[in-house]
Amino acid sequence: MAHRIEVGLKDGVRDALGEKMKRRVCDDLHIPVQSVHTIEVFTIDMDLSADELKALAAGPFSDPIVQVYAIDRPLARDFDWLIEVGLRPGVTDNVGRTALEALALLLGRNPGSDEKVYASRQYLICGDLDRNGAERIARDLLANELIQHFEMFQKNSFDYTRGVPLTVHRVTGGNRIEVCEIDLSVSDDELVTISRERLLALSLEEMKAIQAYFSNPDVVAGRHTSGLSAHATDVELEALAQTWSEHCKHKIFNADIEYSDDTGSRIHISSLFDTYIKGVTEQVRKKLGDRDWCVSVFTDNAGVIRWDDRWNLVFKVETHNSPSALDPYGGALTGIVGVNRDPLGTGMGAKLIFNTDVFCFASPFYDGALPARILHPRRIYEGVREGVEHGGNKSGIPTVNGSIVFDDRFMGKPLVYCGTAGIMPAEILGRPAHVKEVRPGDLIVMAGGRIGKDGIHGATFSSEELHEGSPVTAVQIGDPITQKRMMDCLLEARDRGLYRCITDNGAGGLSSSVGEMAQFSNGCELDLKQAPLKYSGLQPWEILLSEAQERMTLAIPPEKIDDFMNLTRMMGVEATVLGRFTDSGCFHIRYGDKTVACLDMQFLHKGLPRMQLKAAWKPPRHEEPDIKDPVDLTPALRRMLSRLNICSKESVVRQYDHEVQGGSVVKPLSGITNDGPSDAAVLRPVLDSLQGVVVSHGICPRYSDIDTYHMTACAIDEALRNFLCVGGSFAGIAGLDNFCWCDPLRSEKNPDGEYKLAQLVRANRALFDYAIAYAIPLISGKDSMKNDYVIGEQKISIPPTVLFSIIGKIDDVRKAVTMDAKAPGDLVYVLGETFDEMGGSEYYALHGYTGNRVPTVNAERALKLYRRLTAAREKGLVQSCHDCSDGGLGVALAETAFSGRLGMMVDVKKVPAAKITRNDTLLFSETQSRFVATVSAGNKKAFERCMGDSTAAEIGVLLDEPRFKILGLKGSIAVDATIFDLKECWQKTLRF
Amino acid sequence: MSLKKVRAIVVSGNGTNCEVEMAHACRMGGADEVDIVHISKLLYGEKSLHDYHFLNLPGGFLDGDDLGSAKAHAIRLRYARTAQGESIFEHILTFISQGKIILGICNGFQLLAKLGLVPAFGGAYGTQDVTLTFNDSGKFEDRWVYLTVNKNSPCIFTRGIENLYLPVRHGEGKCIPADDAVLHKLREKNLIVAQYSDRSGEKVVMDYPLNPNGSVEAIAGICDETGRVFGMMPHPEAYLHFTNHPRWTREPVPEEGMGVALFRNAVAYLRNNL
Repeated sequence: MAHRIEVGLKDGVRDALGEKMKRRVCDDLHIPVQSVHTIEVFTIDMDLSADELKALAAGPFSDPIVQVYAIDRPLARDFDWLIEVGLRPGVTDNVGRTALEALALLLGRNPGSDEKVYASRQYLICGDLDRNGAERIARDLLANELIQHFEMFQKNSFDYTRGVPLTVHRVTGGNRIEVCEIDLSVSDDELVTISRERLLALSLEEMKAIQAYFSNPDVVAGRHTSGLSAHATDVELEALAQTWSEHCKHKIFNADIEYSDDTGSRIHISSLFDTYIKGVTEQVRKKLGDRDWCVSVFTDNAGVIRWDDRWNLVFKVETHNSPSALDPYGGALTGIVGVNRDPLGTGMGAKLIFNTDVFCFASPFYDGALPARILHPRRIYEGVREGVEHGGNKSGIPTVNGSIVFDDRFMGKPLVYCGTAGIMPAEILGRPAHVKEVRPGDLIVMAGGRIGKDGIHGATFSSEELHEGSPVTAVQIGDPITQKRMMDCLLEARDRGLYRCITDNGAGGLSSSVGEMAQFSNGCELDLKQAPLKYSGLQPWEILLSEAQERMTLAIPPEKIDDFMNLTRMMGVEATVLGRFTDSGCFHIRYGDKTVACLDMQFLHKGLPRMQLKAAWKPPRHEEPDIKDPVDLTPALRRMLSRLNICSKESVVRQYDHEVQGGSVVKPLSGITNDGPSDAAVLRPVLDSLQGVVVSHGICPRYSDIDTYHMTACAIDEALRNFLCVGGSFAGIAGLDNFCWCDPLRSEKNPDGEYKLAQLVRANRALFDYAIAYAIPLISGKDSMKNDYVIGEQKISIPPTVLFSIIGKIDDVRKAVTMDAKAPGDLVYVLGETFDEMGGSEYYALHGYTGNRVPTVNAERALKLYRRLTAAREKGLVQSCHDCSDGGLGVALAETAFSGRLGMMVDVKKVPAAKITRNDTLLFSETQSRFVATVSAGNKKAFERCMGDSTAAEIGVLLDEPRFKILGLKGSIAVDATIFDLKECWQKTLRF
Repeated sequence: MSLKKVRAIVVSGNGTNCEVEMAHACRMGGADEVDIVHISKLLYGEKSLHDYHFLNLPGGFLDGDDLGSAKAHAIRLRYARTAQGESIFEHILTFISQGKIILGICNGFQLLAKLGLVPAFGGAYGTQDVTLTFNDSGKFEDRWVYLTVNKNSPCIFTRGIENLYLPVRHGEGKCIPADDAVLHKLREKNLIVAQYSDRSGEKVVMDYPLNPNGSVEAIAGICDETGRVFGMMPHPEAYLHFTNHPRWTREPVPEEGMGVALFRNAVAYLRNNL
């Protein structure tokens, strides 16, 4: 019989969680309530004696100092509405799992496979609410019905003796194992139907390639020997669909593209990836020659570069957009713990040293109607923030760099970029640690979590597939602690040489991880029946494809298997032998004795036909704004500082542990009160060394409205500027490109596909041009191509967005520089010339315009400036250095001043600018390749000598008095405010 | 007779995440041997607490703090037996009775409190008298705080230290004593070792954010009556080098981080007393 234990706070103990929820009910939902209190509930599905229940309740489940408990009776009283929220069957229940472990320890018993603990939470709400109001709180704030269920009770209808009726949300499912065969000797229409109905996402051409394979007489003969018919099994079709998916094969980036532009010129591109991205790295590496620091690029889960003679750095950035749209918390959490496994699964595995996160959301203050099935942007913001908080903090990895970009076109799909870097010894046990190898005969071992129906087919946006009793397949919740245990264990196994190869289970699950590793040995034999399951009822194809989290796949030499299994058992990590790698040329999958898939390795990995696509570029024209240039720009500067894309993100940054591991040097927040906006992060991953790692990024999707070529160029330039501001060195630098696009394939539903593909081509060309100009090798990247929302007539597409991340080093962290003004009397410099480039600027956006004069990057001139700035910094001549980006010079100057709590007096006449006659243009143009730097008066000459003929102009001075004054072109005061007022404008917007 | 070799152990596993910098701090403090030991090695008897003098319980998220901070691990340490059938908890009690020392930081402090190892009035180790629970803000936060150290405290780790400036990184750092009697005893016996203070280090503060969590009496750390078992929410191991200081690029900061002193005191104590 099942039991309920309820745990609540003692009288007089502050309910911080309840208060937080009350604030959100009032602020986010605008429903006035008096109070919210919480009660934790454990539903225990096993037979326990009264004494055992009491021991549990008083022991692990409650804290004797602040909590009280009740067994099989309710604690709730004094409420108007009670809402209890629990997880749907099969959704990862971390609290329930830990509770079960504690129960096992305390009672000294081994729970059976059906014996579980389920966690849920009650919210007791006081307030004058009708049923609709209470239901809104439940649906729009407390529970996400895709993964959670809730029950509501009004005070008069609640049973105060028995409480919420006891229900156990067990997974129910059949036990019958079934492998379907699919006849592919059918018409084209039927092939298309098969692809659509099975959610294979394969085109007709791809289906026909598969059809041809299965009708090949040699293949048929081979299949008969393995006991298979000529028909494809569902396991085979699913494995092919996964291996050939856009996600895994990057079909658009590898397509043949005919590109034409408005001038009538045409070019043929055979693979954007080979031509531009790999092209960059090949050229840069060639140019670097002996100095080349790339160690492993594009071949593994993450890129690897040399950091010093002993250590290599590993870096990868991923996106987790669609899952985050469905369930922001779970989507973002799996995003971060998912990308953690990439460096862990690169080479022999890296120890993780930092996370980065960049989010693109719609305005959290959006107050229009919400399109069907879209969560409010504020809820997405809070959910994603919390997901990354739990994923990063609980994994013990500092989150050191990131940003949040706002545009209401991210309403349909938010972008959630998560990055992770690791550090790996150059050699482990005498072998280069970045090299992967699998030999025939090595055992296939899966370690970490168990397999459930999580994430099969990725996230499909259809709640109809979800019903009580069936596990949720669309979204998943990560389990950072299971993963942390696994990581600790695998790094020890690595150092003891207990495995030969490792990779992660992400998209495509075992099908992908085993399939990829099998390429090293040229074959595998995998028995799905051995795989440990979270619950019964999974079909073989589901076991193969499940994207359940926290799993790594390893190749283990048979002579090492006993040591490996002993280690995992000791360290509390589940590991299972699932088969072995072979050299048979076959991707051979069994369920017990029965073969359920046998595919030719060559066909599986190389049989995919290449897409043929067209791209057509036509430059858009936007209205040129007619804005008055006011004499007093103080109100404009105040409004600019409060804009979502410019304002402080401190409330988010503080909730991420950015210092764990002890190597923090430049934190995300700088300045006299530890709250100024740092340009990039510096950390020391090796605590007895003074060499640091530097990480930065650039992102500017607004410019895509004018030209994605310049959007990409600006993102690269911005990332590099941020990197150089804090002291990053050109030697040892590497870039990562992450493309998030709206569907670039032309179809009836998507008539402007060719334009979007042209945008993609142009972005790639910029990537090529600028990464080569700056000598930044690209070492890894990712693309996410379908960031659209289409329901009914409504379509929302994101602006094409490139996130460019840079990782590199600083030889001596003691030479790092921060952005905050340091001392009164220091001189204020602007480095780089200002042009009238207001197109796509925050200032135009403030006035409701886009414009056309998008910032362009002159790499040659910029590089000269950057090298000189670096030399000046090396000599200790730079007191502070801050990037000019969103909001231009005006914003950068204000941030510099108030972060140092110093005043500033600036004369814009001294700003080097070409043909600019307006104060607002000078202050808010977003011309690239510019910095605001401060230099002590005594170093004026030395600094200016260092800058040579690069544009560097002294435009003002730092003041003791907290006044921020800018003299306009005509000599009158253009801005006059206190730095406290400006800082408050900058801080108030997102002070959640 | 002074101890020849000071051996420190940093226990890791199940969600700890500050073990590397804590081990580094022990080395900087002068410990001769420092081992990061996974809890499973203690449980399986591959390593023994008896071989060490200085037990470090680092910060992290033990078992994800799923049942409340460090709670599940406290149950594990309380009830788990080694492969040889010995109680880990008994090992810890023996360790304390031998005059050895224990430092718990953040999650390690939460663990010490929930195991009843601090304050353990009258040597009643195992009785929980205080807890650490959710910050008043309801948020996990990473921010630097000023601390004032109780000169009269028996704590051997903070001898000669008056003030500290260190980061807190927690969501459950609000210290609550069981009742007024406990609070009274903590005060009377000077077991409140560190309190959140203003920048001058003179005034104890209850206001957010200087007091980041709303701790009763602004308690940041407490010790047992011997002064040899000490738990604290702020992270001394996060400030070992001057570049860890959030304002090192603008203020004169000594080369050595403030956190090292606690570990040097620990090692010195062992050398002189064991």
